[in-house]
Amino acid sequence: MTYKSVTEILEAIKKKDISATEITKDYFKRIKASDDLNCFITLTEDSALNRAKKIDKDISKNNLKPLSGLPIAQKDIFCTKGVKTSCGSKMLDNFISPYDATVVDKLNEAGTIMLGKTNMDEFAMGSSNETSFYGAVKNPWDYEYVPGGSSGGSASAVAARISPCSTGTDTGGSIRQPASLCGICGLKPTYGRVSRFGMIAFASSLDQAGLFTTDALDAAILLKEISGHDPKDSTSSTVEVPNYHDYCINSDKKNFTVGIPEEFVNDLNDDVKNSFYESVKILENIGCKIKTINLKHTGLGVSAYQVVAPAECSSNLSRFDGVRYGHRSKKSESLESLYRESRSEGFGKEVKRRILVGTYALSAGYYDAYYLKAQKVRNLIAQDFSQAFEKVDLILGPTTPDKAFKIGEKMNDPIAMYLSDVYTVSTNLAGLPAMSIPMGFKEGMPLGLQIIGNHFDEKDILKLSYLYQKETDWHEQEPGA
Amino acid sequence: MWETVIGLEIHVQLATDSKLFSSSSTNFGSEQNTQASIIDLAMPGVLPVLNKKAVNMAIMFGLAVDAKIADKSIFARKNYFYPDLPKGYQISQYELPVVYDGKLEINVEGKSKTVGITRAHLEEDAGKSIHDLFDGESAIDLNRAGTPLIEIVSEPDMRSAKEAVTYLKKIHSIVKSLGISDGNMEEGSFRCDANISLRKPGEDFGIRAEIKNINSFRFVENAINYEVGRQQDILESGGAVNQETRLYDPKKDETRPMRSKEEANDYRYFPDPDLLPVEITEKQISEIKKSLPELPDAKKERFIEEYGLKNADAEILSSSLDLSEYFEKASSNVSSKFQLLANFILSEVVGLSNKHNLDISKAPVSSEEVAKLITYVSDEKISIKQAKEVLNESWQNKTDVDEIIKSKSIEQISNIDLLSDEAKKILEKHPKEVQDYKNGKDKLMGFFVGQVMKETQGKANPKALNQILNKLLKGE
Repeated sequence: MTYKSVTEILEAIKKKDISATEITKDYFKRIKASDDLNCFITLTEDSALNRAKKIDKDISKNNLKPLSGLPIAQKDIFCTKGVKTSCGSKMLDNFISPYDATVVDKLNEAGTIMLGKTNMDEFAMGSSNETSFYGAVKNPWDYEYVPGGSSGGSASAVAARISPCSTGTDTGGSIRQPASLCGICGLKPTYGRVSRFGMIAFASSLDQAGLFTTDALDAAILLKEISGHDPKDSTSSTVEVPNYHDYCINSDKKNFTVGIPEEFVNDLNDDVKNSFYESVKILENIGCKIKTINLKHTGLGVSAYQVVAPAECSSNLSRFDGVRYGHRSKKSESLESLYRESRSEGFGKEVKRRILVGTYALSAGYYDAYYLKAQKVRNLIAQDFSQAFEKVDLILGPTTPDKAFKIGEKMNDPIAMYLSDVYTVSTNLAGLPAMSIPMGFKEGMPLGLQIIGNHFDEKDILKLSYLYQKETDWHEQEPGA
Repeated sequence: MWETVIGLEIHVQLATDSKLFSSSSTNFGSEQNTQASIIDLAMPGVLPVLNKKAVNMAIMFGLAVDAKIADKSIFARKNYFYPDLPKGYQISQYELPVVYDGKLEINVEGKSKTVGITRAHLEEDAGKSIHDLFDGESAIDLNRAGTPLIEIVSEPDMRSAKEAVTYLKKIHSIVKSLGISDGNMEEGSFRCDANISLRKPGEDFGIRAEIKNINSFRFVENAINYEVGRQQDILESGGAVNQETRLYDPKKDETRPMRSKEEANDYRYFPDPDLLPVEITEKQISEIKKSLPELPDAKKERFIEEYGLKNADAEILSSSLDLSEYFEKASSNVSSKFQLLANFILSEVVGLSNKHNLDISKAPVSSEEVAKLITYVSDEKISIKQAKEVLNESWQNKTDVDEIIKSKSIEQISNIDLLSDEAKKILEKHPKEVQDYKNGKDKLMGFFVGQVMKETQGKANPKALNQILNKLLKGE
């Protein structure tokens, strides 16, 4: 039994070649065999099998939903009712969510079966999955390497084929970067395309829920199910949700004008450069027109991001105070010590660093110099993009400057770590959709191609990815094969 | 000579059914923490959704005080830690409030002045910390957390405690008239912070102290007067006032320091990324304008026109919704003598309310009963003096005025024949005095009236009696 994609699994279930229970059991077998990847914080085997049974019953009555019986792994940043939702932190190690996030709710409604909650950088702050309270996740291509972060568990699980798909969140690259380092597809939709309700906030104006799959069509199927306006999230959009899958298959669009920003390719190492330009050639062969463009303010992206994201996080994480839920220090004798000790014990080093940076950036006397200035840079970056999209349909570049780095390599150099987000942060700052798809290997480790679209143009990103994947087989490569 | 400078910040709880950013009920007095949803509890991952009714109420207020309504206003986070603030920040408005640049005219001792209203912004209330329920532990009730408030910030335009209280009462009257708040001060629906400083006239503003959370009109007046005295003592002995936050203790009638400027929080305000800017259209404003109820100033004009009241009385009656409602209810039960009714309410009923520290809306003598008294006075059934006595007794014993009048048989004798008989008897008894009167001793009229009153146990209608005596003595 080897089903390679979401599409194949749904097809097999529909045809009753396999039951939801069988496929669920199979994935738990795989998960257990790959235990040392450390992809999961919590496994929900009992509830998954119960649910699979119920879905099989529904299927026997021909009550089929769009994703009936599809196993999925949820990043542990999404609240799941009755299940521990830790956000990768000691602070929430004892937190059982009383409600489901909208994304979880929608996927449940569509018929998916949750396998468990995936490991992640603490509160999504990190690019390597090493800041997790539950330990580092390993890259299935080589266990000495990081899978990327913050959605490291979700990416590693899909790459290792121990889950056919998973959810992630992307604040500065947390879906695309691990997708790139693990050799799978990672889609970050437009800000507002998918509800943020129930997704534990890191930086509210940047956070966006998205998906990991092995190919573009799978992402297209899933995106439709999680998208749409949510009355519980004021920042979610009312823009209509198209049928991405049908668009990929049926539209004859292929001669996209694709822009390559000089700023994304100037400093690339030879391996990444070669893989990238080979991909460009393939796109030209498909019928795309390639144009060199400029995104002048790209170089300021990481700096602006490292002010805006910590500023918002410093406020978002204030609720973790040991009063109502989460970690409460035994050493608390007064109100002040309750706060101080609970937060000192509950948060890890990187989270503390960002809270401090953010608190500083918002303080009286520094607000204008940091937060306001960062917002101005943000506007300039958004302007760069909107000017570019007057000339091109899509923008192309490598997802990351290099292949995955080794576990431990950058842990003591936060600046180097932050710079691995250089090509991804600017789309978050501009609220644009982007996707990373596999484009080759460097020394046996995967490399990712990033396709950026205009607001709410996920369908063309998916279409181009689909066309590219028809011509290549990078996405079909499996680790350890 | 010191000049007092006062600015007020008023927190008004809005009378919406649900909270500012969640669908939890805003009822007062429910069991602890039963009106706190996952949003009010600040569970991880939850998001606020704005209650548009609260925005409309803020617009109503803005229109009532002649203010500008922002076409785009922004919610900001005010960051600080406190156990009854579940998110660790309060969602408020900072740079772009929904209402700004308004004004209100007040009238104190016959002089009118305009108080500037800097801004009125929407924000959510915090929960309550209860420190005296459990020994050594604090309890938190989050029922109130997220209740919508408008904070109304005045310019430092007031110069005395009286002006401040007059302004406060008028704002109270406006929010109640608009129906956007129940204005209940005991339950905390209407609270006030006062900023007070002293200066030599013509000089720059002095250093101010802020008195927090004063919850009655009387306390506001007392707190300001105490604070003015305190600051005056400091300044006159050559000292300097500390910029600090103080609390008013009504039991000791004094203010004492809460925290100083050095300990003040840096709230790190920034726009809340979870909420979109609030956009208000001209159309929305004009629709709200059309639906506005009558406001105090319009009511005053109507009282003058409709009831022929004196300007000063109309001003006072219209400045409080409770008072104007009491008056209007009473006036619908009398056919004329509105000025007499107004005088009676303003001096007697208000007097008794103040004496017993009661809201007039809770007066034990209803406006209908007062209307009866005024009708009896105007029908000359009882004298005004008797009306006051009956009111007092009715207030104390909570008995109907008719019953009191009956049981004490203090109904006036206005029957002309009856009074004539009594008067004739008296004149016959005192022939010498009659003669003296006829010879020009006018003062004796009082004697005759007194004698008839004595005979009738004071029940004779004085006006009718005067006429009868005049007729009998002068043959008029």
